[in-house]
Amino acid sequence: MSQELMLDLRDIHKSFFIGTPNEFEVLHGLNFTVNKGEFVSIVGQSGSGKSTLMNIIGALDRPTAGEYNLDGVDIEKAKDNELSAIRNKKIGFVFQTYNLIARTTALKNVELPMMYAGVGRGEREERAKHLLEEVGMSDRMMHKPDELSGGQKQRVAIARAMANDPAIILADEPTGALDSATGRLIMDIFHRLHEEQGKTIVLITHSPELSKETQRIITLKDGTITGESTGNWSGLNRKEEA
Amino acid sequence: MLFSENILVALAGLRANIMRSLLTMLGIIIGIASVIAIMTVGNSITVMVNETMQGLGANNIQMGINYKPQEEDVSESGMDFGDGYMRAVTDEDLISQDMLDAFQEKYKDKIQYILLEERVANSTVTIGKNSANIQIVGYNKDNIDFMDIDMVDGRKFLARDYADAKNVCMVSDKFVERLYDGDTSKALGTMVDVPINGDYHSYYIVGVYEYVPDQFSFGDANNPTTTFYLPLSTAREETHNQGKGYEWLTLVTTIDTDNDSFSEEVRDYFNMTFYAKNDAFEIQVINMESMMDSMNTMINTIQLALSVIAGISLVVGGIGVMNIMLVSITERTKEIGTRKALGATNGSIRLQFITESVVICVIGGIIGIILGIALGSLAMKVMGYQAAISVSSIVIAVGFSMAIGIFFGYYPANKAAQLNPIDALRYE
Repeated sequence: MSQELMLDLRDIHKSFFIGTPNEFEVLHGLNFTVNKGEFVSIVGQSGSGKSTLMNIIGALDRPTAGEYNLDGVDIEKAKDNELSAIRNKKIGFVFQTYNLIARTTALKNVELPMMYAGVGRGEREERAKHLLEEVGMSDRMMHKPDELSGGQKQRVAIARAMANDPAIILADEPTGALDSATGRLIMDIFHRLHEEQGKTIVLITHSPELSKETQRIITLKDGTITGESTGNWSGLNRKEEA
Repeated sequence: MLFSENILVALAGLRANIMRSLLTMLGIIIGIASVIAIMTVGNSITVMVNETMQGLGANNIQMGINYKPQEEDVSESGMDFGDGYMRAVTDEDLISQDMLDAFQEKYKDKIQYILLEERVANSTVTIGKNSANIQIVGYNKDNIDFMDIDMVDGRKFLARDYADAKNVCMVSDKFVERLYDGDTSKALGTMVDVPINGDYHSYYIVGVYEYVPDQFSFGDANNPTTTFYLPLSTAREETHNQGKGYEWLTLVTTIDTDNDSFSEEVRDYFNMTFYAKNDAFEIQVINMESMMDSMNTMINTIQLALSVIAGISLVVGGIGVMNIMLVSITERTKEIGTRKALGATNGSIRLQFITESVVICVIGGIIGIILGIALGSLAMKVMGYQAAISVSSIVIAVGFSMAIGIFFGYYPANKAAQLNPIDALRYE
């Protein structure tokens, strides 16, 4: 397997309140890479800087210093509208709180990133239906978020993250608001996307338990990477065989 | 397309908060409705006034005698009746037939008709149990020709009727209907006795014309006051004015005459030729066209002033829209963050919220237009006139409510667009 780099972060620093007496640095020069097709988790307690890191990986924010290359694009140099386009086409977000748009159907929610990408109506709808089918939501496409359970909402959110066939899926505590059985179901969907479609997935979590399911674990503490280890996931298919 | 999606999103948002949406729109609705109502009323009045004046003849010039301005007698208060300088009109002051003949000879290529009229009296003719209300008016030949009356039976006046002041008359078909069972052959040639100021005068009916009710005639619709035409000379005998001049008259000009300049020409001609030596009177000329113009200008000015006042409520309504948009954006901070995370640019967020504000204003505007037309029509109906809806005002109103939507939506929308996606996503 060729080791093509998907994420390449070098000496990433992030400070807040720059130029004020309250200035403080949250990330102190992080270095790490993620290969194409890898399933990586970033683990850390609250206050470890993992949310800040997620914002930088997700192109929602720029690092104060350092270089960040996502799928061949220099993020730290991109303008606002370029960042929007990067978020739109290269990153699929899955949030702990689902963040579906209220008052619109599951189908429209999945269509949304494609709409911002300028995909035509017919193609948009067809692809959205297909994606919802893949996460087992084809019978609830016309339901609005408040008519769906947490697990169903998160499945719609995953379908939405996949809408523009992104380079990476960035999942921020995706099971954090779900019971363990539903959480299991969501994790299995990630594994399937990873194993069957070769998606690059970055999972951000505070749970060491969950992180063990991934191929590689990056541990973050007080804004520095304190360790890297490999997970013990045996693979979705092998688990089912067992 | 993003734009149509935005409209759908906006409509869904409005549906979700019907009460709030309605209250927000109320300012716009009231503003647009009052502007449209004022425009409708103003427009109707303009149309009505124009029709009336057109009926009087737009290419008419009214002229008559009037007091000469006496500047030395105008006191500081501006009004002074000249300490007895204002003497009564005498026969010498009137516009005589000789003057008219000379005038007509001089300007024969510009004058089509000289309309002369003598109002005699209003009366009621009674035959047996039946009666008919009439207005007795003497017309000269020009006037009868100009009036373009439709004859039902009989004839109009002949040259000798005018010349010899014959006791002949033309009556309306309504008159015949009431007094002769509608049988014109029975009416024609008969002598009708008309009470005028206590005396009975008799006239031969020579013609029956078709009565056209106009919207300004008052009284009983079954027994309307119709015109009872006499030759001018006959009528002037009744009023003891035969041989005298006229206080006022109407000129009908030929089509290619410029009435504005001709009015001045007429005034100057009369005043220099006939009234230069008159100590108290001169000729005043009123051009119907310019009168109509100044009337319209006046109505339009009043209408505009009222519309501006009503327009203030539109501004208040717009501020209401802005306020609710700001609330809505705060409520939907997280949605905005999510949209940004999914790839929405600042521009598309701005467009989304401006669209929403425009949708609110345009819906409010449309409701306002309907309400305004209803109110305006109702007002005109109460006044008893035809409502004339001004199409341009509707187009302007829709455009204006859109403009309000954009203007008052821009600030909130821009605020939404500038939100930092991280803060917006984290917002609870």
